Amino acid sequence: MNAAAPTLGDWHRPASLAEALVIRAQARGTMVAIAGCTDLMVGWNGGGRRLPQVLDLSALQELRAIEVGADTVTIGAAVCCARIGAHPAIAGRLPMLAASARQTGSVAIQNRATLGGNIMNASPAADNPPVLLAHGARVMLASVRGSRTIDYASFHTGYKRTRAEPDELLVSITVPFPASDAYSYHRKVGTRRAQAISKVALAALIVTTSGGDDRRIHEARFGFASVGPMPLAAPALSTAIGGRRLREIDRALVEQALASDLSPIDDIRSTADYRRRVAVNLVLAAIAGAAQPSGRTTAP
Amino acid sequence: MNFARTLAFTLNGRALSGADGSIASPSMRLLDLLRLQAGQTGTKEGCGEGECGACAVLVDGEVVNSCLVPVGQLHGCTVTSIEGLPRTDPLLEAFARAGATQCGICTPGMILAARALLDRRPDPSLDEVREALAGNLCRCTGYTRIYAAVLDAAAIPGRDA
Repeated sequence: MNAAAPTLGDWHRPASLAEALVIRAQARGTMVAIAGCTDLMVGWNGGGRRLPQVLDLSALQELRAIEVGADTVTIGAAVCCARIGAHPAIAGRLPMLAASARQTGSVAIQNRATLGGNIMNASPAADNPPVLLAHGARVMLASVRGSRTIDYASFHTGYKRTRAEPDELLVSITVPFPASDAYSYHRKVGTRRAQAISKVALAALIVTTSGGDDRRIHEARFGFASVGPMPLAAPALSTAIGGRRLREIDRALVEQALASDLSPIDDIRSTADYRRRVAVNLVLAAIAGAAQPSGRTTAP
Repeated sequence: MNFARTLAFTLNGRALSGADGSIASPSMRLLDLLRLQAGQTGTKEGCGEGECGACAVLVDGEVVNSCLVPVGQLHGCTVTSIEGLPRTDPLLEAFARAGATQCGICTPGMILAARALLDRRPDPSLDEVREALAGNLCRCTGYTRIYAAVLDAAAIPGRDA
């Protein structure tokens, strides 16, 4: 049986990436690509509305691999959060990513929701993008014109807008393994412990110089959720604290840097003031964690 | 060939297909297929947004919210709703014995989420039970007895029968 016969009409379920890219190109942006559907179906439910024309990626084996290399892991765009959360190499070398995957809704959501969908859906509150930003991930996009790989930090360009062209599909996400002495900090702040949508979330990856109390920031990368129109990398903060002694980094410095990096709003889940304050607190907690002698954990 | 006509999957041991009319459209929610077309009304609709777990079913043994699954994505899959769970499943007796059911709306989803957990993890801790059922809301707030029932079912010998 052909498990994924391509279709006429409004439901396309190609069996190969090549076929999917041809359909994508012919559709000229009129077709919605679907994978786990855990967010899209919420909008489509109710009122007896039918789905728009869809390009169903759920039969594409090319998008379902997790490839562990010497220095990176490459995760297919249609790999679900449950697999990411349970993968031994990811749990061992990228514990923040395993944690964010396991915080992406409930188990029933994690069994369906894909990493690629979490990125392409482009919600500013998405659970996995902060971790991908902190780790300096790269994403591969493909179209009938060829493929390209870009820094994830440059991928989101505005609210629900990305650099993906209408004929492109996200194929994979490559995450470099951090140095073994890098400190990682990840915290999602929501209304309850399970399956909340973030009020604020931070992932941080901090590498310090050696030297006890005089340790300095060698490199610090951040990823924020829910404090702007898209997942944010906070480059001003990275620059402001770069090279500084950990014990010199105080609230005023962090507040000032984040004032230009973040643009939180008041909405149903929280307020701009609260978000800004919590964002500063989370950064200070990450810096304090990195200053600990043993400094390599993720937060609760 | 139109995909809607080639679409086929198994529901509670029964073969459904677009060709014989038992699947109306690939864009239909699995929840609607269960309740409106297949007459399997044990699966409940709570929120319709994937937040509450009342509509949880098993697809190839993994728990999913049927309100968020278009049936077009189920080609070749095996779907189990509460009606397809064997009557001998120890979870059923354990829920009854523990008084883990009050109004009953959350019960089918709770039991299937628990079944998926026990298949993966036959001897779970309380924390693992809580995490596995975090997506299943009980508005009677009978969680303590529900968790006790799952742990009780895990302790019953021959649970794989």
